[in-house]
Order: sequence, then C-alpha cells, then structure tokens
Amino acid sequence: MNSEIQSESILPNQDLPRSRSARDEVPPGREHHPDSPLSIHDMTVAYHRKPVLWDVDYDAPAGKLIGVIGPNGAGKSTLLKAALGLVPKASGKVLFFGQPYRSQRNRVAYVPQRESVDWDFPINALEVVTMGRYGKIGWIKPVSKRHRNVAMEALERVGMSDLAKRQINQLSGGQQQRVFLARALAQEASLYMMDEPLAGVDAATESTIVNVLRDLRDQGATVIVVHHDLQTVSQYFDHVLLLNMRMVASGITSDVFTQENLRKTYGGRLTLLDQAAEALARAGE
Amino acid sequence: MIWDSTDTWIVVIGVLAGISSALLGSYLLLRRMSLMGDAISHAVLPGLAIAFLVTLSRDSVSMFIGAAILGVLTAIVTQILHRNGKVEENASLGVVFTTLFALGLILISLFANKVHLDASCVLYGNIVLSTLDQVSVWGWMVPRAAVVLFIVLLIDIAAIAILFKELRITSFDPAMADTVGFNPWICQYILMSLVAVTAVAAFEVVGSILVVAMIIVPPATAYLLTDRLLVMLVLSVVFGALAAGFGHVAAITVPIWFGFEDTETAGMMAVLAGIFFLLALLGAPRYGILGRLVYRVSLSLRIAREDVLGFLYRAEELRSDQAHSWQAGSIGQAVGISPSLARIALVGLHRAGQIVRHDRSWSLTNQGRNRAASLVRSHRLWETYLAKHFDLPLDHVHRAAMDLEHVTDASMQVALSREVNNPSIDPHGKPMPEAKDQENDPQ
Repeated sequence: MNSEIQSESILPNQDLPRSRSARDEVPPGREHHPDSPLSIHDMTVAYHRKPVLWDVDYDAPAGKLIGVIGPNGAGKSTLLKAALGLVPKASGKVLFFGQPYRSQRNRVAYVPQRESVDWDFPINALEVVTMGRYGKIGWIKPVSKRHRNVAMEALERVGMSDLAKRQINQLSGGQQQRVFLARALAQEASLYMMDEPLAGVDAATESTIVNVLRDLRDQGATVIVVHHDLQTVSQYFDHVLLLNMRMVASGITSDVFTQENLRKTYGGRLTLLDQAAEALARAGE
Repeated sequence: MIWDSTDTWIVVIGVLAGISSALLGSYLLLRRMSLMGDAISHAVLPGLAIAFLVTLSRDSVSMFIGAAILGVLTAIVTQILHRNGKVEENASLGVVFTTLFALGLILISLFANKVHLDASCVLYGNIVLSTLDQVSVWGWMVPRAAVVLFIVLLIDIAAIAILFKELRITSFDPAMADTVGFNPWICQYILMSLVAVTAVAAFEVVGSILVVAMIIVPPATAYLLTDRLLVMLVLSVVFGALAAGFGHVAAITVPIWFGFEDTETAGMMAVLAGIFFLLALLGAPRYGILGRLVYRVSLSLRIAREDVLGFLYRAEELRSDQAHSWQAGSIGQAVGISPSLARIALVGLHRAGQIVRHDRSWSLTNQGRNRAASLVRSHRLWETYLAKHFDLPLDHVHRAAMDLEHVTDASMQVALSREVNNPSIDPHGKPMPEAKDQENDPQ
C-alpha cells in the first residue's frame, strides 16, 4: 500500500509542461504499483496553454476511501477528468488496474459534479440510474428488465426508491446527488471517482452518501472523492491527496492531513506558481 | 375554398417535413444546440452545389451525400474554432454557417445558373411546384418530394429508435456517457448528418427558413408541456404536423377573409407553429404563464380563506357572545388583506358552508369551526416548535407560523404535535385546539 508520505515543495522544480515528445520518456524515479486501481504517471494538464495540473504522480491504494483535497482552482476536478480522458493531457500516462482506461471502462464509475448536467432534462430518477447500466449493455442493445432491476436496487440503497418515477427537476439538490450516486452504484464498479458528491447536500443526504461510500470500501472497492469540507476530512477518509496544481502530499489521512501540509496546500498559492503560469501563457502567444 | 389533389399533396409534404424536423429538433433543443439546426440547414448549400457540379444532375443520392458531408463539417469546424481560438461557440457557429452559405450562393450563381437550382428557391422553397414533379410508385403518381421526405422520415425514425438510449445518455450527461464508452461526438455527428439530410430533403420544398422554424418551434412548444422524453417527441411531432397541415389551409383561406389573395403556405406554416408555441407558453399547466398565474391566485385565495377562518375562530375564542359585527372591511384589515379579497374569501367560505351570515355579521358553522380549529392548532403547534428549537422572540414565531400553517397537512400536524410533546397551550399561553379526526380540507 502506498502509505509513505509523498511530500514535496509546491514550487515547480522542473521545466514547465512537457512537450509532446516527452510523453514516451520513462517517468523519473518513482515506482508504480502495477495493480493500483488508478495510477497516474507524471500527468500535466493545461487549458488554453494555462497549466492546471503539474506533473502529478500518484498511485491510489486499493480498497480505500480517498479524499482529494485542495482549494478552488487547485485542479481537483481536472485530475479526475484528465485521468478519465475527458480533458486532454499535455503529458503523462494514466493506468487503471495496470491497463489503459479503454479496457477497464466497466470497472470504473465516474460521478461528475451535480451542476454539470441539465436537471430540466425530461427524464425521471430511475431512467438516470439506469444509465449506469448502459456501459454493460453496450451500443444499440435495449435495456432489459434485469438491468432495470439493478437500477431499482441502487435507488433503494440510497433511500430513493419511492421517488423512482419522479421527474428529476422535482427533486431537491440532495435527492439529485443521491440519484447520481445510485447511478454509480448501478455501474457495479471496482473504482468510483466522484466529483464533489457532498457539495450542497442536506445533513441526511450527507450521512446516507458517506455510509454508502463506506459500504463500497468495505466490499473492496476503491472510492476517490473530491471533497471541499476540511472539517470532515479526517472523519470520512482513510487516505487523502492534497492538491494545489501540484500534488502537495498524499498518504494515510492521519499522517498527511497536517497543519503543515494544509498550509502548503492552501497558503500562498497565488504567488510564484501563478507568476510562472502567466509568463508561460505570455510566452506562448 | 377550392381544394384539389395539389392541396392534399402540399399538406402531405408539409406534414412529412414537419415531423422529421420536429423529431430531430427535439434532440437539438435538449442538447441546447437548436441553432445548430439553423446553421446546418444553411451550410449544406455548398455541398449541394458541389454535388451538382460534380455529377451534373439533381440526383437525390449525391445531393444527400454532399449535404451530409457539409453538415458534419459544420459541426466539426465549429467545434475546432471554439476549442482552439478565442471564439465563443455561438459566434463560431455563426462564422462557419454564414461563410458556407455565402460560398454556396456564389457557387450556384457562378456555375449553376443554367439549371433551376436558384438561391431564392433555397430560402423560401416552392411547395406548390414541388407537387408537380411526380414519379410513379406502384402505379400511383406521387410527388417526388413526398417520396424523398417519406424515406428521410423513415431514416430519422429508425435512427432515433435504434440510438434512443445512446442519444439520451449523450444528451443528458456527455462526460459520464464518454466514461462508459458512449462517445458523445459519434452521436453528435450522427445527429448532425440526420439534420443535414432532413434539411436538404425539406428545404427544396419549404425553404431553409421554414426548416429552421420547424426544427426549433414545435420541440420548444412540446418542452413546455411535458417532462417525459417520449411524450415530448410525440407532442413535437404532433405540433409540427398540425402546423404544416393547418398552415396550408390557413394560407389559402385566411388572407381571403381580409380581401387579399392566398399567401405562401410555407410562411403560414411557420406562423402557425409560432402561434402554437405562444398558446403553450400561456396555457401550459406547469410551465405556462397562465398556469402559474392561476396557481398563484388560487393559492392566495386559499390563504385568504384560511386566514379569515382563523380570525373568526380567534374572535370566538375571545368573546363567546357573537354580537360583534364583522364586515369584510374590518376582517380584511385585521387579517391584513384588502377588503375586496376578504369579501371574495367570505363568499367562498359561505359557499363551502363553513360560515353563515346573520344579518350584519359572520360566524363559523360547525364544519367551519372544525377546519378553523385545525388551522389554529397547526399555527400554535408551529409556534411552540419554533419557540422550542430556535431562540426567537415570541412575536417573531407568529409571523413564521402564519406561513407554515397553510402548508401543514394532517400527518405533519401529528408529527409536529409529537415533536413538541402534545402541549395544551402555545407559547403565548393560548389553548391548543383539540386534534380532530376528520380533516375537511377544501383543497
């Protein structure tokens, strides 16, 4: 297990985002666990030449509940999206269970931020959750009763079976988030990657979701959660990954979630790194 | 009104075009890209011109291939511009389709002016002429346009039926769809090709302007009326077909009422689609303007009635003799509503048998007293609850309880009472009315 503390300076100590040709180079130094559910090798991501993530190198330990923590704009969502190939990587490589994503798709469930979809879409809760089965069903083939039953069970696990036929625009924010969680459950994955599933939900929903996440972990799944509330980090997560454009630290929560690392993650981020990014953007124009 | 087979064919062609456009338009609307339909129906023009120049015929198949290529190209180029340049998505769409459309017009005027592929035909179409170009289908003479539109409609329906699940997931949550193996771009390009092919088939007949109206307006109308995808598809098809069918009837009748000659069918179809939208905007039960108005008015009426009931109950509580004369004006003032609203509330309560009038005053009937007791009970329970759980001054809990009592049903009242340990008085020291078995809610 990746329990050693990987702590490093927040300042970029290498050249700015690598060029395309650097992709094939052997990543420097660090050993990667071949079977890690999510193993990120030296990943750098940039939007319109503005770097968002620098040189992230990380192995997620299997069977743990992992929090991704960092300030706004730290690249937490981007970390998930880039790993899944939803946004292009400037450099680096990501493996899921030691394989490229394409071949492991059915073992991974992704939950985007709630605000990323249109909740006025004409669809009900059960239909959204059934989408969790689409990957297993594949193109063209229709949704069978068996798949719909799995979706219904998933809704039940998040306490939403009464609202299965409810249109999604008539659900509260917390209920919508539970529908998203149920959809991920319906995917029956080994790795769950969730973007802010606890943002803006009521207390009852929060405890429901956290209990479901713990159940998943206890059944052997790996759960990676982008989280914003520092108060609850120690209580919820076995491992944390502290992120602020660079990976600041990662490891067992009690070891890594320290004042010192928090200060590194949250303090002074708008200084040298931003200046470097500015200079880079200017140079590119 | 003179009706002959030409009129029938005009309606058939219009309805076929309307149905196809509405089906695809529904998906464009849900993907928030209705204008893509506009763009593509214009941008296919150079594709048509080039296909014509290459094959030197107006053969449908090559025209469709040319159009489909341009349609997909529009979507791709727009996306590339948007991603790589500092150009907003709508702006890049505008740049791409106007440029392509203009290019198409130039190509046509340069090389194709000998044949009847002209620019105004593209903009406005000519539905009457299109009925004259007939082909034989199993011995029946059928306008070529009707045959083409029917085939296109079958293709559209088949594609949507086969890709229903794929279109749904990539429209609702493209990121998640991508992670489970449904590439949103593939669905996007399939949809764009269908739009391009449909636009070509339709605009020869009804013109690209009407195609745009038919792609956007009927789905927007249906979207106001339902929260179900299938119902939305069906409704938009119905509105598209109705607009097309009645559009022609209106085109040959309405202007004559006003002493004009009959007008362009295509224009009237678009106008009718717009009228349907307006009606839905006004009348849709949940999202319509009238629906929301009616809801709001009936809600404030109900609240006024309940406030008046509560007031009469409290008045009875204070003085057991009923000599005091309560007029609409004084009741309204006491409850905080206008005298006219108070009068409407009194009439409503009277009609519901909850109050009776004795000469210059009003008092509660038994039925009204039960209802009023339940309201006052809710009110006082809420006051107790708020005083217990929030550190509020007593005059503040009254205002909040005033609102909450109107939304408290019987089961909530039971739960509330249990929560505050079934008190017999409220925080102001007023007695708690007994819980009644029967709830006589007028709603």
